[in-house]
Amino acid sequence: MTLELTIAGARDALRAKTLSARELTDAHLAAIEQLDPQLNAFITVTADAARAQADAADAAIGRGEGGPLTGIPIAIKDLFCTKGVRTTAASRILEPFIPPYESTVTSQLLRDGAVFLGKTNLDEFAMGSSTMTSAFGPTINPWQRTGDDTRLVPGGSSGGSAAAVAAGMALGSTGTDTGGSIRQPASFCGIVGMKPTYGRCSRFGVVAFASSLDQPGPFARTVEDTAILLGSMAGHDPKDSTSMDRPVPDFAAACRRGVRGLRIGVPREYRADGMPAEIERLWQQGLDWLRDAGAEIVDVSLPHTKYGLATYYIVAPAEASSNLARYDGVRFGLRVPANDLTDLYEGTRAAGFGAEVRRRILIGTYVLSAGYYDAYYLKAQKVRALILKDFTDAFGRVDALLTPTAPSAAFGLGENMDDPLKMYLNDVFTVPANIAGVPGISVPAGLDADGLPLGLQVISRHFDEETVFAVGQVLEDAAGFTAKPAIRAKVLS
Amino acid sequence: MSYIIEGATGPWELVIGLEVHAQIVSNAKLFSGASAEYGAEPNSQVSFIDAGFPGMLPVINRACVAQAVRTGLGLQAEINLVSRFDRKNYFYADLPQGYQISQFAHPIVGKGVVEILLESGETRHIGVTRLHLEQDAGKSLHDQDPALSFIDLNRAGVALMEIVSEPDMRTPEEAGAYLRKLRTIMRYLGTCDGNMEEGSMRADVNVSVRKAGEEFRTRCEIKNVNSVRFVMHAIEAEAQRQVAVWESGQVVRQETRLYDPARGETRSMRSKEDAHDYRYFPDPDLLPLVIDQAWVDGLFAALPELPDAKKARFMSAYGLPSYDAGVLVMEQATADFYEAVAQGRDGKIAANWMLGDFFAGLNRMGRSIADSPVSAEGLGGLLDLLADATINGRIAKEVMEAMMETGESAGAIVEAKGLRQVTDTGAIDAAVDSVLAANPDKLAEYKAGKEKLFGFFVGQVMKAMAGKGNPALVNDAIRKKL
Repeated sequence: MTLELTIAGARDALRAKTLSARELTDAHLAAIEQLDPQLNAFITVTADAARAQADAADAAIGRGEGGPLTGIPIAIKDLFCTKGVRTTAASRILEPFIPPYESTVTSQLLRDGAVFLGKTNLDEFAMGSSTMTSAFGPTINPWQRTGDDTRLVPGGSSGGSAAAVAAGMALGSTGTDTGGSIRQPASFCGIVGMKPTYGRCSRFGVVAFASSLDQPGPFARTVEDTAILLGSMAGHDPKDSTSMDRPVPDFAAACRRGVRGLRIGVPREYRADGMPAEIERLWQQGLDWLRDAGAEIVDVSLPHTKYGLATYYIVAPAEASSNLARYDGVRFGLRVPANDLTDLYEGTRAAGFGAEVRRRILIGTYVLSAGYYDAYYLKAQKVRALILKDFTDAFGRVDALLTPTAPSAAFGLGENMDDPLKMYLNDVFTVPANIAGVPGISVPAGLDADGLPLGLQVISRHFDEETVFAVGQVLEDAAGFTAKPAIRAKVLS
Repeated sequence: MSYIIEGATGPWELVIGLEVHAQIVSNAKLFSGASAEYGAEPNSQVSFIDAGFPGMLPVINRACVAQAVRTGLGLQAEINLVSRFDRKNYFYADLPQGYQISQFAHPIVGKGVVEILLESGETRHIGVTRLHLEQDAGKSLHDQDPALSFIDLNRAGVALMEIVSEPDMRTPEEAGAYLRKLRTIMRYLGTCDGNMEEGSMRADVNVSVRKAGEEFRTRCEIKNVNSVRFVMHAIEAEAQRQVAVWESGQVVRQETRLYDPARGETRSMRSKEDAHDYRYFPDPDLLPLVIDQAWVDGLFAALPELPDAKKARFMSAYGLPSYDAGVLVMEQATADFYEAVAQGRDGKIAANWMLGDFFAGLNRMGRSIADSPVSAEGLGGLLDLLADATINGRIAKEVMEAMMETGESAGAIVEAKGLRQVTDTGAIDAAVDSVLAANPDKLAEYKAGKEKLFGFFVGQVMKAMAGKGNPALVNDAIRKKL
């Protein structure tokens, strides 16, 4: 029963003292102990610290104090620096790294009383769509195809965070979304994942992948729960120059706004060739639900969408190649001893970085090099401006866009690994929102023929997360998505 | 004044441009709150931002921006209200992030000008191309261990202004004067202490040579020269080398060189072929730097009087010649000292005494204005005794020396040593009589028409009076008797 709760429900139970934070945390730690050996969603479990935080939460509640998340057990993507707790970015090069500082997002969650269960698995330095690139082995999706025990990926990069929530090992979790790293795993795992506007959540203390695209955001099992988590994560941070000084609205309240009178855009360019019919059908179903709830459906065009992925795979590796230059074996993390400086760099980076990270460093170094800068990076920046303009133009006519989140349901472990380009296509629907910096959510909306979850994506204007939540809530209500991965039955019984 | 190298194939002209790195005077680094003070224990002033730790982000220090703008205003330069930071990516152990944050494409300060004064008294205008902000790197220490290098990151992230000149200089002297003038302006503004020994001001020197009327030829860059004198020497040595290369029928290659002061020569550091591909792109962690005109205007209004304005004022208010005024304003402390001395006195006499005996005395004692044994008030006191004829010029030089040694006031020294000049005509007449009586032969020669001997008699009388005779009265008395 305890593991069936939502964050909102758990909060009520804690306040009503029908449940203690310690019981809630212990139940989740037990679920981790039971399921994580199969799922590998966590890189580090901080059970003792979690129990201590839970006890502190109970004491606070006993005193009639406590913040919006007091006693709520959540998991943290292992890309957020956590003071005194190993932070690896799923890379060998940071395997021994224990930050002496706390990221702004996690410090705000702690400020509001959250209990941290541990650090979740991801693609190495968040580069990937499957967690297959993690130096700590892949996370396994809690879902399986009906009548088929093929192990599936949870999506990525925030696959560990998504799997932990889907399997009932945490009530919510944090992720980061650079090209879809929250929304795509949310879709694959049948939960809600939300990428806020770029600048809404501080990047301070988040291990950087591609700085102009990275944005922290929440996972949970309901739209309202992600809204509650985002309310705590968001806000201006003077330590991040790209964090915007804007008030944080009551996101949870916005979930109840409804969509009556809203204009919802259908970007025609998202009708990709070869998209599975069931995803097409689900998309249409989503539009029908919104129309039934009082929204007006409008066809719109985002003409530069087809360049989105190409632009992303120039900009993101360029920034990554620069951001990852600091991992040189000199000041922290892994060091492979050597006789001279060049050997130190080469030995450390060869031992510390996996294949996908190396591939992107090489691409990024190439597109920034003097002879190719204009042809690649500068061109990509120009296309980026056009993609942003597409969204601005569209939002002149509509309040939100509805699209599928991903072009497929979760795929099998090891599939697509030999074909990076095919792997990159997973992000085709999510990437444009990162390029434009606009907010988006993925809401589970149905199952495919194999019984795997599929998500719908809602995108809105810069800093209009409230509309994203309002539309997301209507979809959630209409879809009535109650399916659960079979593995949860084991712990729920 | 032209500086020409006479080669075997005829005269060669020099073309010189300077890139000066000036460390900004500020309490904190450009992108972190860590202290920027010089001389601390290695790695004691390093924040996680400076050390490039995972997840750390730069935040621009407004005080450093203000210093750059003030410097730009001091160089009469355009201030760009929108500027931008780029990352300059290259690997080096003392560059913790693996890139330097620098304003490559859009600097905060654009074109400006520096007026320099040459020994000849001539002034020249040297163009400034740009001034941009950037962060310094750390420092590798190779002498602490036989096998290992250690890294001191205290400097990493310290705010620098890179001031790039136009290739407007033609002589080593002009380059030296430009550097000194830049330093003077920044010291007046308090934006850089200009201390080249501590590395808070360094110059990269671009040198090429050409025949008169030609286009520019290939230049070489001499990196990190750390004194005005070495900059001038390095230019001479490099220009001579380039002339020799061209005249031997070879071609000067574009490259980076180092100056070796011990050998007085430049040496190749790296050629263009193996130069770094720095890989610039806009820093995604920083928004464009936007400042507003009202803020710039406020900084402008609060600027101190700068050396050129002060020089003009000294010339008009005190009647000083250009060169003297130029020397007096070179250091703000000197200018302030001078104004205190000149206040209510004859400005020209004050300048003569300062530039003459006073500076000579300081030089002799190895002291500066800041630790001068004689205060401005003290020097003024001496000039007052001279002005009211208590002492004469010759005695004043003697009093000055004594003041330098003892630090006592001129009045006290004059009293103690009985140096008041004698204006009693009776005493003067007596001295004249005895000198004439003692030199009958000279007197006869004078009377026979050798008028130059007048000076001899004056000297003898002054000597007889121990230098204390009033020179005008002595002259009168001798003329009367003769």
